[in-house]
Amino acid sequence: MNFFAYVAQHWERIAFLLFQHVQVVLIAVLIATALALALTAATERTPRLRGGLLSLTGTLLTIPSFALFGLLIPLFGLGVTPTILALTVYAVFPIFRNAVTGLDSVDPGVVDAARGMGMGATARMLRVRLPLAWPVILNGIRVATIMVVATAAIGAAVNGPGLGELIFRGLARMGGANALNEALSGVVAIVIVAAVLDLMFIVIRTLTTPRGLHV
Amino acid sequence: MSDLHAPARDDADVMIRLEGVSKRFPHAGADAVRPLDMSIRRGEFVVLVGPSGCGKTTTLRMINRLIEPSGGRILIDGKDAAAADPDQLRRGIGYVIQQVGLIPHMTIAQNIGLVPGMLGWDRTRIAARVDELLHLVGLDPEEYRRRYPKQLSGGQQQRVGVARALAADPPVMLMDEPFGAIDPITRDRLQEELLQLQQRIRKTIVFVTHDIDEALRLGDRIAIFAEGSRLAQFDTPLEILANPADDFVRSFIGERAAIRRLSLLRMSDLPAAPGPESAAGSVVPAAPEETVAAVLDRMLAAGAERVEVAGGTSFSVQQMLFAATHGRQLHDGRGAQ
Ligand SMILES: Nc1ncnc2c1ncn2[C@@H]1O[C@H](COP(=O)(O)OP(=O)(O)O)[C@@H](O)[C@H]1O
Ligand SMILES: [Mg+2]
Repeated sequence: MNFFAYVAQHWERIAFLLFQHVQVVLIAVLIATALALALTAATERTPRLRGGLLSLTGTLLTIPSFALFGLLIPLFGLGVTPTILALTVYAVFPIFRNAVTGLDSVDPGVVDAARGMGMGATARMLRVRLPLAWPVILNGIRVATIMVVATAAIGAAVNGPGLGELIFRGLARMGGANALNEALSGVVAIVIVAAVLDLMFIVIRTLTTPRGLHV
Repeated sequence: MSDLHAPARDDADVMIRLEGVSKRFPHAGADAVRPLDMSIRRGEFVVLVGPSGCGKTTTLRMINRLIEPSGGRILIDGKDAAAADPDQLRRGIGYVIQQVGLIPHMTIAQNIGLVPGMLGWDRTRIAARVDELLHLVGLDPEEYRRRYPKQLSGGQQQRVGVARALAADPPVMLMDEPFGAIDPITRDRLQEELLQLQQRIRKTIVFVTHDIDEALRLGDRIAIFAEGSRLAQFDTPLEILANPADDFVRSFIGERAAIRRLSLLRMSDLPAAPGPESAAGSVVPAAPEETVAAVLDRMLAAGAERVEVAGGTSFSVQQMLFAATHGRQLHDGRGAQ
């Protein structure tokens, strides 16, 4: 059986796993975004703590994903929870990093003028700094998302949801009927998910970048 | 209310009073601003000038409490600035900086409407005010209100910066080197426009610059700071050029002070001459608001012997120069109406 015939025959299962995969990724990225923005806001007046947390979250990124998923088993068992948790751990750093960079790169003259006009700290953040830093923050979210799409496949090692199941099962019974096709269908689906999400971010960026910034 | 420190009568004219105001930044070995006393009158245009690092910006930013003083007291219209809510205080004080600081993702109209918006004005009132201010600073509202800051030249952006500072009609304006980053030709025009604007709106303006020529041109009074925030002289431009307080001031104002003074002095500032020496020779007419330098230039170019100022006074070249250098105690100051 060739690859396309295999895909046509197992279409429903592939689509189901693909949907799961996207869901897990988006949930993890959403949690990571909230967490990263909270960390950024909370460490506004404590640059040393911020530096420390940036190093810490950056270091977590270097833990091999297989090891991280495995380490979470004793704490959270198997399935969805450890998968989302591990992906969140990975997604925090790029978003946190870019939120800090984005806010730092806002023209200090603009913020000073806003403060000098009597705009309070909260209004300055929501009406001035965040909108100006947004393109950079969004790019951090995009990088985190693409990264986590690939990593999520490893979630199958802890019985997590998503396209990893196709790859792991295929590889485990390599040599058997359609084993290669099964693993390959998982890989191709992941590449497609990554490409589609990347495209989605381009659309989001165009729609949400304040107009005055790209005139 | 009875007040032990009831203000003296002339205090009603003081808009900003600094009483022993000083600033030492954390971990700094010396004061950035040494205890400073200064009174700025209502409607007065005061320029703080001095070499870089002498504390001008720090002094200015203590007035709207962007920097909190380490000592002393600042009274604005008789009220202690330290007692006010900082944001409320700042909404009542115009603030213009060299970087302009227009908010890039907001339109020109939104930028100008920021303070009125924070003060709770309704939309129609803000829109009307925005158009009025754009007119005031010489920008066509139809063309500019919907634009973004990036679509304006540097000079136009600073016009908007001034309009934004004036939006809620504050009695006080603080300006920190507002024309410092603008090309010389545009800067010249903006200075002239600011003077004309001030004729109409009569704000109390505190203006910081390191450019003595800008200070001499704009200020009703000029505060010259030396290194270490020593207030070397605080006086009118004409007085500073004629009687520099010390060597620092003398070297700071630079060469040809007497000649430069002639380009600030107006014909109306001159005391009347003792009367025509002779009726002979050609005569050049002049308006009272013309500067002595401009009139002298025309007289020399035309080879004229006398000038007749509208309203009657008449001078020979010698009489005019004598009056310009010796008559300042009779009528000093900037062409008051
Ligand atoms: N935020 C700050 N922290 C520490 N030192 C400062 C700060 N701002 C200004 N200074 C110091 O205070 C002095 C006066 O600075 P400033 O008021 O900016 O001078 P000017 O505006 O006259 O050039 C300088 O020596 C400067 O280095
Ligand atoms: Mg300065």
